[in-house]
Amino acid sequence: MLRRRVIPCLDVANGRVVKGTRFVDLVDAGDPPELAERYAREGADELVYLDISAAPEARGTLLDIVERTARRAFIPLTVGGGVRSVDEMRDVLRAGADKVSLNTRAVAEPELIGRCAERFGSQAVVVAIDARRVPGSLPPSGSLSSGFEVVVRGGREPVGLDAVTWAVRAVERGAGELLVTSIDRDGTGSGFDTALLRAISDRVDVPVIASGGAAGPDDFVAAVRDGGADAVLAAGIFHRGEVSIAQVKRVMAAAGLPVRAAPVEAAP
Amino acid sequence: MSRRTPVAAVVDYGAGNLVSIDQALSTAGARVRRVAAGDELGDPDLLVVPGVGAAAPAMDRLRAAGLVTPVLDWIAADRPFLGICLGLQLLFDGSDEDGARTLGVLSGRAQRIGRAPTLPHIGWNQVDRSRRHPAFDGIADGADFYFVHTYVGVPADDSLDDVLATTTHGSTFASAVARGRLLGVQFHPERSGPDGLRLIANVVHLAAASHAPVTSSVA
Repeated sequence: MLRRRVIPCLDVANGRVVKGTRFVDLVDAGDPPELAERYAREGADELVYLDISAAPEARGTLLDIVERTARRAFIPLTVGGGVRSVDEMRDVLRAGADKVSLNTRAVAEPELIGRCAERFGSQAVVVAIDARRVPGSLPPSGSLSSGFEVVVRGGREPVGLDAVTWAVRAVERGAGELLVTSIDRDGTGSGFDTALLRAISDRVDVPVIASGGAAGPDDFVAAVRDGGADAVLAAGIFHRGEVSIAQVKRVMAAAGLPVRAAPVEAAP
Repeated sequence: MSRRTPVAAVVDYGAGNLVSIDQALSTAGARVRRVAAGDELGDPDLLVVPGVGAAAPAMDRLRAAGLVTPVLDWIAADRPFLGICLGLQLLFDGSDEDGARTLGVLSGRAQRIGRAPTLPHIGWNQVDRSRRHPAFDGIADGADFYFVHTYVGVPADDSLDDVLATTTHGSTFASAVARGRLLGVQFHPERSGPDGLRLIANVVHLAAASHAPVTSSVA
């Protein structure tokens, strides 16, 4: 049976992990490949790097850490942030990533999804959707009928696009997976927006990765059971050591969800 | 008698991430050589055909590189072969995805996974063995491996005996196939953690053991 995945996300800027980490015994806790290997050993099912480097010259650094990660952590790696073309996606895949996630650029240029899927296969193309509830007390209507709208540029800029409509369109264009982040919940620790997840997962056949708002293991269960998510992503709670991947999986398994057991660790 | 480092040739036809495969083979003790053209094949211990994506462009690239005949000759001679994901699907007669005619080593076709709750089939899933095979030595029956695909090779009746393991996602499909020294896996061992590395190490060791020395010291 297909397992529900637990995915730590690392924010990376200029080749360094941006947020703090609990792993005091690492040689270099800010080095993404070292942290990635640690998460792989703890039972992470996949890894996501979100490159938030502002400077274009940081691309080479990113490709270097992708390659070093592929050589150390034998689990799938998705890289998001700043990929604007088929050629840039090719470079990231050649460096050792398995998937690339497209976000702001895909909203501005939806044809890019199709071009990337045609060249590398849909399974390598993740479309990341940042969404928030449409502000205001009026019931949603018209072009934002689901009540959720797409925001870009790190969640700051609404683009007048319905999140569910965009999800369906992205899949039609060739997205093989959707990474759905609730901007309302992101960083708040108030749980995933399961209504948003459900609105999207009910309308697409591709796997949906839930993101934004995890506070504890029960939130992962809710994202799958109530939101219909196939995979659940979190950053802060793992990095700060509030919960471990193993704890999350134990609670998911106890709730009857299929999860992969953590690999057996060799004695140190 | 000195121990030789086994050589694994990895077919490079522009089909995605080769870094992980190189690294997994190296970790298993093999020296890795990438082969981008038919005349570069040489005499390795193991030939690996990886790949993700669609069949037709992959066949076009294999043809353009002059690799189709060398790969077919290699398999016909029962030399050690590992096909991964698309590298397994290409062994069948053709693909329903784009109508491509593929290598025709195994009878059957690549078809969309039936009754799948989600597609692509992405993530870790159980590999249930139908029979014993040394490639899986030391790996528990039903162990999880990482999959990412929409199509699967569906063996015709006369290839059913080749099925080594199955996996279920909606319907049950062949997730590993073996015939002689040929092994094909639908999952990605290079992305499947310790069990995946174990499988690759087993394959490398089998290949090294089966490679007859060119010059024999037997008088």
